[in-house]
Amino acid sequence: MLHDAWLIARKDLKLEIRSRVALNQVVPFALLVLVLFAFALDPDRGLLEKATPGLYWIAVLFSGLLAMQRSFAVEAADGVTDALRLSGLAPAGIYLGKTLSVAVQLLVLEVLLGVGVAVLYGTSMTGWLLLLATIVVATAAISTAGTLFGVVAAGLRVRETLLPLLLLPVLAPVLIGATRAFEAALSGTPSEGWPWVGLMSVFAAVYVVAGIFGFGPLMEES
Amino acid sequence: MTTETAGPFGASDSGPTSTGSRTTMILGVVTLVALGVLVLFGLILSPADENQGDAVRIMYVHVPSATLSYVGCFLTAIGSAVFLWRKSRWWDLVAYASAEVAALFTAFTLVTGMLWGRPTWGVFWVWDARLTSEAMLMLLLLGYLAVRGIAADYGVRAKRAAIVGLLLVPNVFIVRQSVQWWRTLHQTPTLSLSGAEIQGLMLFSLFTGFIAITLSFIWMVIHRFRVAWLEEQVDAEGLDTAIAERRAEGVVS
Repeated sequence: MLHDAWLIARKDLKLEIRSRVALNQVVPFALLVLVLFAFALDPDRGLLEKATPGLYWIAVLFSGLLAMQRSFAVEAADGVTDALRLSGLAPAGIYLGKTLSVAVQLLVLEVLLGVGVAVLYGTSMTGWLLLLATIVVATAAISTAGTLFGVVAAGLRVRETLLPLLLLPVLAPVLIGATRAFEAALSGTPSEGWPWVGLMSVFAAVYVVAGIFGFGPLMEES
Repeated sequence: MTTETAGPFGASDSGPTSTGSRTTMILGVVTLVALGVLVLFGLILSPADENQGDAVRIMYVHVPSATLSYVGCFLTAIGSAVFLWRKSRWWDLVAYASAEVAALFTAFTLVTGMLWGRPTWGVFWVWDARLTSEAMLMLLLLGYLAVRGIAADYGVRAKRAAIVGLLLVPNVFIVRQSVQWWRTLHQTPTLSLSGAEIQGLMLFSLFTGFIAITLSFIWMVIHRFRVAWLEEQVDAEGLDTAIAERRAEGVVS
């Protein structure tokens, strides 16, 4: 299963590196969101710096949605889904592989967005340990849930509109948790942030289990 | 064609043949009587509250429908789980029917809550933990119903909806937990909906409300289920007739 996961993740990441869609479209979109927030909120009143945690995670969610949609769009063409099914790879392995490749893309996005808010919003980064833990756990939560709901919406005519409707309410706890944990870290009270990291870990664990067991039935016919 | 669509109504899957039956007619009459009693006690016999005034009467329908919106959610998860396990069309439609009724009750809860909040708190909406999680429940249910509405084969749609339906319960738990922490970590404790201790006629009215609203819920789920079942049957029959007609055409020419 883990070997299958590794194969799928490597294939997807190779696709992303070669096609450069993530680099040429998703990353600029993420930065664009940061600039749009500056237009929407007056940058001179310090609002941006105060709202950095929330804006940062909204930007991650929206640009992450694009990455997740792509993760299944690349399988939709030329009957690749059937080929995947015929390949004999374990469905759980395919799920974990897809999750891993989405997580790696999200991590790259998050690092770039982190640099973006530090430079553009003038946010000073403190509480590194909590910041890093939040990023790792939130990425796991977003990618595990995103991949599972991604396959629920995959192959449908309405997939572009269905995925955000399904996924964003489900990810609301992650948005709340990651934002509060970032706030705690940036305001120098990291002890308030750790329970949120715990909650997001539970979330990620629920979705890993759901994905491992649910991916098989979902792959069978689509 | 999948095995499920090939034999739509196997021997193990028997269902209703009409939307009404003697039992549910009696249930419907009892429900109407209970609603009448609720109106009598809730609007006329029970006194107005000291703090909330007449607005407290909204609580007699609001609290029960909030509870039942969660019950509907559980029922959907159970139906989805049994469908995934036994591949039973019956349970799939139970999940569908209860999700739709649950969405209705959630909307009703939100609307009555807002109508209560305006005179009591002075605003329609506050970012209270309970209000927020009820609104999130509504959005989760709308997501589930969106999956039910996709244009795809029965097997594909039912399976995907079942996975989403099964995840409703953990999602609701995690959302409730996070929203509760969110509102209580930095804010003063949440406003309590029930307020002070209630007793006497008010307690009895609330009790009547629970009975009347629960009966309405059951009646609606049963009838929604029957309609969904018959719809499926009409679809299957329509397909059979179309195939038979095409065959007949082929014989003539």
